[in-house]
Amino acid sequence: MNAETQVVTPKTVDLAASFEESGVAEVLRELDEALVGLAPVKQRIRETAALLLVDRARRQLGLATETPTLHMSFTGNPGTGKTTVALRIADLLHRLGYVRKGHLVTVTRDDLVGQYIGHTAPKTKEVLKKAMGGVLFIDEAYYLYRPENERDYGQEAIEILLQVMENNRDDLVVVLAGYADRMDRFFASNPGFRSRIAHHIEFPDYSDGELGRISETMLAEQNYVFDEGGKRAMTEYIGKRRAQPHFANARSIRNALDRARLRQANRLFETSSGPLDATALSTITEADIRASRVFLGGLDVDRAQDERA
Amino acid sequence: MRLRQGQFSFLPDLTDDDIRVQAQYAIDNGWAVSVEYTDDPHPRNSYWEMWGHPMFDNRDAAAAVYEVNECRKQHGSKYIRVLAFDATHGWESIRMSFIVNRPAEEPGFRVVRQEGEGRQIRYTIESYAVREPEGARYA
Ligand SMILES: Nc1ncnc2c1ncn2[C@@H]1O[C@H](COP(=O)(O)OP(=O)(O)OP(=O)(O)O)[C@@H](O)[C@H]1O
Ligand SMILES: [Mg+2]
Repeated sequence: MNAETQVVTPKTVDLAASFEESGVAEVLRELDEALVGLAPVKQRIRETAALLLVDRARRQLGLATETPTLHMSFTGNPGTGKTTVALRIADLLHRLGYVRKGHLVTVTRDDLVGQYIGHTAPKTKEVLKKAMGGVLFIDEAYYLYRPENERDYGQEAIEILLQVMENNRDDLVVVLAGYADRMDRFFASNPGFRSRIAHHIEFPDYSDGELGRISETMLAEQNYVFDEGGKRAMTEYIGKRRAQPHFANARSIRNALDRARLRQANRLFETSSGPLDATALSTITEADIRASRVFLGGLDVDRAQDERA
Repeated sequence: MRLRQGQFSFLPDLTDDDIRVQAQYAIDNGWAVSVEYTDDPHPRNSYWEMWGHPMFDNRDAAAAVYEVNECRKQHGSKYIRVLAFDATHGWESIRMSFIVNRPAEEPGFRVVRQEGEGRQIRYTIESYAVREPEGARYA
């Protein structure tokens, strides 16, 4: 190498500046604003971001380090924001230069595991290739492992995954997600995964207050608001809904609001005569919430399945 | 004799990172990258064996490097090349092609002379490798 092409190693780095200019600050700010609650998750992400920034600075100073292991596991109940956070993580890793493209590929068992001999490996590899340069999010990862069926093809997918997670650490980041107790059992019987995953992040259930705030931000995103009565009814709804089957945290709220908007539209259609103003078109009232079956003691089975879909 | 076919064949062997950068160039242009191998290096042998399907929907070239390495595991003693296919109307053909793997020994080609009528001579070339049956070449 001659003098001209030699890379000049800087003597110092300015962490605060690289925090801002890498866009990490912005991602964290967005994360804080867009997502209600989730304090422990946000804390872990901030810590990870700090680690990566320092790691990057060390590289710039020539204190060569290996690529840190970035594979993660997200555990938490349905609708606690795992997928949403995964999207932001992909963006974060992209801005820090740890993944080249920053897209998120979301899969479950069926996308990875085949139906017959020789079907699984190409399927898994196809998915892995699609995720390269970004983040592969495997939802309900424990379904990959079915010990009760010794000829299950899931094992084959697991082996390929483990190999790629180790050998292609620079090419993609894998996030495994699922409910805490089952993930624990999954890791216990698949120590290969446990050892390849550096960051375990737990997503707590939302409190009633947080769900209330989430309902308001969700409405605001679509240019709706609660009136006084609507807000009170929503608070009551959240308390009741939590005790009923198939409660899925923020997702239950989203579904409830979708139905409330439907009822609002019907109400406007049936009761209004004459012109409606913007306020009328965007207000969710007590009646729109209270008509829910949740107030009659619960959803019947059909509705419960709807809710999950 | 070092086989000179396609792009970059007068350069030293490409590293995986070189391959990635070239494949990324193809992907960024919207071309589908694919991997092929052969043990019949005749320049007119346009049909090499396909290693899997062309990668139409991979955004990152690490996927191409991954497949090259998978192919090397099984066909490491043969020629392997990376192609970029442009599907746009009017092109519909290969835009890039370069060798990414070659046998340890490349015996090269011999000239074959065939005598025709009236002392006419027809010339052709034959690679020494193809005198062995398929599978036993470059073993
Ligand atoms: N903290 C939050 N603030 C605002 N909206 C949220 C929050 N958490 C989740 N949501 C919303 O709730 C819905 C469900 O979230 P998400 O899909 O991320 O949950 P999940 O944990 O992946 O669920 P599952 O385990 O069932 O896949 C999404 O529409 C998301 O926008
Ligand atoms: Mg999800």
